[in-house]
Amino acid sequence: MTTKLMGQKVQRTEDQRFLRGQGRYVDDVHADPSTLHAAVLRSPHAHARILDIDMSDVLDVEGVHVVWTYEDLGPLSPEMAEPLPLLIPHPDLTQGRTQYALARDEVNYVGEAVAFVVAEDRYIAEDALDKIKVTWEVLPAVVGIEASRAAEHLVHDDVPGNVGARSEQNTGDVAAALARAPHRLHLELDIERSACTPLEGRGTVARWDADTNRLQVWTSTQTSTGVRAAVAVKLGLDLGQVDVITPDVGGGFGVKVMHPWPEELLVPLAARLLGRTVKFTEDRREHFISSAHERGQVQHIDVGFDDDGRIIGLDVMFWHDHGAYTPYGLIVPIITSTQLLGPYKPEVYRVVFESIYTNTVIVTPYRGAGRPQGCFAMERTMDKIAAYLGKDRTEVRAANFIQPDEFPFDQGLIFQDGRELEYDSGDYPASLVKLKKLIGWEEFPALREKMAAEGRTVGIGLACYVEGTGVGPYEGAHVHIETSGKVKVATGLTTQGQGHATVFAQLVADELGVRFEDVEVVTGDTRRMPYAVGTFASRAAVMSGSAIHLAAKRAKEKALRIAADALEVDEADLEIVDGVVQVKGSPGTRMDLGTVAVLSNPLRYAFDEASKAATQFAVGDPGKPPVAEDDEPGLEGKDFYSPQRATFASGMHAAIVETDPDTAEVTILKYAVVHDCGHLINPMIVEGQIHGGVAQGIGGALYERMAYDPSGQLLNASFMDFLMPYVTEIPDGIDIDHLETPSPLNPLGIKGAGEAGVIPVSAVVAAAIEDAEGFPITAMPISPSDLHTLRQEHTP
Amino acid sequence: MSEELHRIRLSVNGVTREVELPARRLLSDALRHDLGLTGTHVGCEHGVCGACTVLVDGQPVRACLMFAVSAVDTEITTVEGLTREDGSLGPVQQAFAECHGLQCGFCTPGFLTTVTACLRENPHPSHDEAREMVAGNLCRCTGYQNIVKAVERAAELADPQHPDGQRPVGQQPDAPVEVQR
Ligand code: FES
Ligand code: FES
Repeated sequence: MTTKLMGQKVQRTEDQRFLRGQGRYVDDVHADPSTLHAAVLRSPHAHARILDIDMSDVLDVEGVHVVWTYEDLGPLSPEMAEPLPLLIPHPDLTQGRTQYALARDEVNYVGEAVAFVVAEDRYIAEDALDKIKVTWEVLPAVVGIEASRAAEHLVHDDVPGNVGARSEQNTGDVAAALARAPHRLHLELDIERSACTPLEGRGTVARWDADTNRLQVWTSTQTSTGVRAAVAVKLGLDLGQVDVITPDVGGGFGVKVMHPWPEELLVPLAARLLGRTVKFTEDRREHFISSAHERGQVQHIDVGFDDDGRIIGLDVMFWHDHGAYTPYGLIVPIITSTQLLGPYKPEVYRVVFESIYTNTVIVTPYRGAGRPQGCFAMERTMDKIAAYLGKDRTEVRAANFIQPDEFPFDQGLIFQDGRELEYDSGDYPASLVKLKKLIGWEEFPALREKMAAEGRTVGIGLACYVEGTGVGPYEGAHVHIETSGKVKVATGLTTQGQGHATVFAQLVADELGVRFEDVEVVTGDTRRMPYAVGTFASRAAVMSGSAIHLAAKRAKEKALRIAADALEVDEADLEIVDGVVQVKGSPGTRMDLGTVAVLSNPLRYAFDEASKAATQFAVGDPGKPPVAEDDEPGLEGKDFYSPQRATFASGMHAAIVETDPDTAEVTILKYAVVHDCGHLINPMIVEGQIHGGVAQGIGGALYERMAYDPSGQLLNASFMDFLMPYVTEIPDGIDIDHLETPSPLNPLGIKGAGEAGVIPVSAVVAAAIEDAEGFPITAMPISPSDLHTLRQEHTP
Repeated sequence: MSEELHRIRLSVNGVTREVELPARRLLSDALRHDLGLTGTHVGCEHGVCGACTVLVDGQPVRACLMFAVSAVDTEITTVEGLTREDGSLGPVQQAFAECHGLQCGFCTPGFLTTVTACLRENPHPSHDEAREMVAGNLCRCTGYQNIVKAVERAAELADPQHPDGQRPVGQQPDAPVEVQR
């Protein structure tokens, strides 16, 4: 009997390829000398007008094939002369602006694409960039939230006050609620910019096939279908002429969901024009200054509460720095504004945000997408209430929890997908019990005393979050059983290291009753599944997982129907075990799935022994058509999954940190995670996701910041200067415990797990440092010199 | 202004290849684009991330910081050269698979080459030494927990004294459910 694979630590199949150096990332595709290489001239100024571009020295550089500026695009494709799309138009985004594929007459951030060169290799293309002379009129740059709000200068002349959007949601009269609360507090909490920074940057390769009149694009994206649609529109092609293939991707974390990047259009355009394969591979500096960042927010909170710490009124106002343009709309601040509530139910909540322009790189979601900021706001508020009332921090949280019998729980807000913010399931009190045990909450005072005796300063902190995962609109899947019995599965969303080939194969093996090793999964190839959305918002397992499960069910139904016919038994009496259809309890009557696949396709021609059995002389009732009216040939199943609303995963983290009395260095001594993503498909992979998320969270809490100078130059655009954690910065051991409250919204009872690890880390670390040092921590990240300064300020 | 090309021989994974390259061609680019050995990855091109690490005469070297012409007369090993002759995974590769020491796999070749060299120097690392062995490489996905486990596991697998060191690859106890394709 096949053992059920759902819930098992199945070793990843994709690893075999990666470990042998046989991964195929975009830059590995067409890694041959005939491929041409592109490079992009990027603005050296944060805000400037282009007065003149002189290319007279460039065109005769040997090995250069194409040099384009904005002027060259329109004649090649009228759509290319239009601004790039505003992907997610929200009605509150009244002043949305997007850039051009190549800057038209003004640039708004250092790194904005100005000219595009294609040459024999990247070295020559970069030589050519050096020979382009641009005459600039430098304009005053608006850098940082404060400068943007002051609006002494404008990023876009026609956007008053630099405000792109103002948005408000409320669940009642917050002023009245605050007025009737016995206690009130005000907090101001800042978070700086960080970025996804996958180890593989962006990359695109394109090839135009003149024989078939088709374009083939490989790109390192989180949404192949999105890129496909954008390329088709911009190049004036039919969707059916464009294939987009996403091979292995070296990490995404959000930044690769933005599309189209200018290069994703320019490379295909050049490939089509030149009839040669063209490739663009971003370098690290380019990734820092021309992809996307996230996190920068200033947040003000007024809270009113009772003697138990129960929140009566919560009034939040925050400013979100979205950079120079808004191609990805308001997703990040909307998520902050709604997910800030976490597992709590304040009586009345109002949130207002302004999404504002600055002359810096654009903002798109980074793993956690606005939630780390919201969690920081809410959890710092909880801590402050506890401190004010002299209560244990866990007690105040418990007093505010939504209770297990209150699900589904409607928070009375509209979520990022335009649907109600309704939590499907959860058990927050149970999570808290687990977390306190895991971190040793009750024992901590004794530990603190012991450490103090050794002259060491330690603190403990915790934070809770709820994460809307598995947002729609839909994903689909196609399951094809070959005549060999092997099963080919295709789903359209993409993969950046989450182990989709493994977890999806687990689901198919379980549902179809085939051997895991006989299942092969393809993601992100529009030739195999042209309808798809993408991989973001912890949605892959929920969306494609459910679709694959449903598609496998359909394939199974068909297999059983055909086998029942052939074996002359009742369908209900059949089961599939290890790829064999057999009569339950009498396994002598059996047929390989491969044979069923043969029978599913009535043949005129025999190709081999197996197909002989399916020719028109061998099968079927001569009195009926070979393929029935409501049937189709082949053993396949296809289905789509489209949920009413998002699932809501949840969790809680806690940490014990030590602060060095002299150097102000912060060391995380212990880190604990309790995590609830419903039923687990593969606990090994879920834990890996949590490890990675926590590490990124620690980076955001202690090290990573985008150091812009007042003129808009990013001073730390390299791995030398932007401090991403090595193993030495990550605690040795992250304790994880799981809770499984299944989601009622999908057939597998699962919720997403991709982003959870990162969400509460800044809040946890801030709380622990505050607990160690005894003064408030209100801004993250916090460096040793920041902590040192705070110590000076708080020394009496 | 065409560039002067140099005809050089590079010995990679035991095979000598002749290529014609400009003097400024990075070893990482030469391996990837001229020799088609795309297993060596480039994550930063400034020597910090370690994704491009290859072994030059057995020592870990960042291929993005070395010109191909200066690798003449050396023995280079890339990730493609870590697999055993019979096609099975080497001990470090096997350990990474067992311990889920990789996610997107982009940093992985650099970790594999680095750990291979380090374990040759110090076959029995303590836990802290195992952490130190990977302390010069960046991984954005895994949070390093399982990478450190993989280093320790690789030491076991490479050790002929350890019971698992004698077992055929893929038949280790405690390994997650293993499926060979
Ligand atoms: S690519 Fe060589 S160290 Fe990063
Ligand atoms: S596995 Fe993705 S960077 Fe390490």
